[in-house]
Amino acid sequence: MREGRGGRGGDRDKDRAKGEGRPRGGFFRRRRVCKFCAEKIDYINYKDVRILAPFLPERGKIQPRRISGTCAKHQRKLQTAIKRARQLALIPYVTD
Amino acid sequence: MSTNRQYELVYIVTPEASDQEVADLHTQIEQIVQRFNGTFDKTENWGRRKLAYEIGHHREGNYVVETITGSGELMKEIDRRLRVIDSVIRHLVVRVDEELRVAERTRSARKATQARRRTARGLPPEPQPGEGRGDAMDQDDDRESAEVQR
Repeated sequence: MREGRGGRGGDRDKDRAKGEGRPRGGFFRRRRVCKFCAEKIDYINYKDVRILAPFLPERGKIQPRRISGTCAKHQRKLQTAIKRARQLALIPYVTD
Repeated sequence: MSTNRQYELVYIVTPEASDQEVADLHTQIEQIVQRFNGTFDKTENWGRRKLAYEIGHHREGNYVVETITGSGELMKEIDRRLRVIDSVIRHLVVRVDEELRVAERTRSARKATQARRRTARGLPPEPQPGEGRGDAMDQDDDRESAEVQR
């Protein structure tokens, strides 16, 4: 029993150490604001590559919300806009 | 009539096509629109543009954007026609009226709230030039407070 408890305690300590390490990485990151809310862009135009470009990292994948900070509503609209732009060869599907 | 919807049609013509051919294609579409009692709102010719990826060995294409008001059958016919024409390497039809209406509604709602709040504070309803802190400033404040909280 005691051994078990001790083991668990040790595990918890390890977990905490990990837990402390992780937010530290995020600590220096700034809190992100949804670009479309901040700049009051109501309609995400799929023909405007300049609006879409910041949400496409080098590889050409759509940047996730947790990184770009876009709100759910605008991420949804951004997603359709990017997919339309891809069909029209304005932006690539993949870049190697 | 519930069939008056606004659509955006974008098509890419091969880079080999001359201006005349592009113009011919445009008149062809115009004829279909007239036949179905639709209206042509706007045409934008982007000219030659580099493609983000190769489409059938083409690296460039002539982009044409048309805004059309009409019924779904009209767009279906245009879609079918463009699919057949070989000089069109890619096309896309998007219904835009609802999206634009939503955007317009949010814009007017925002303006209304702004006006209401400003009059409540005894200010003129429209913001005057050179007033306020500016957006960049605002964002900076936001970030700092978030860091302090952590």
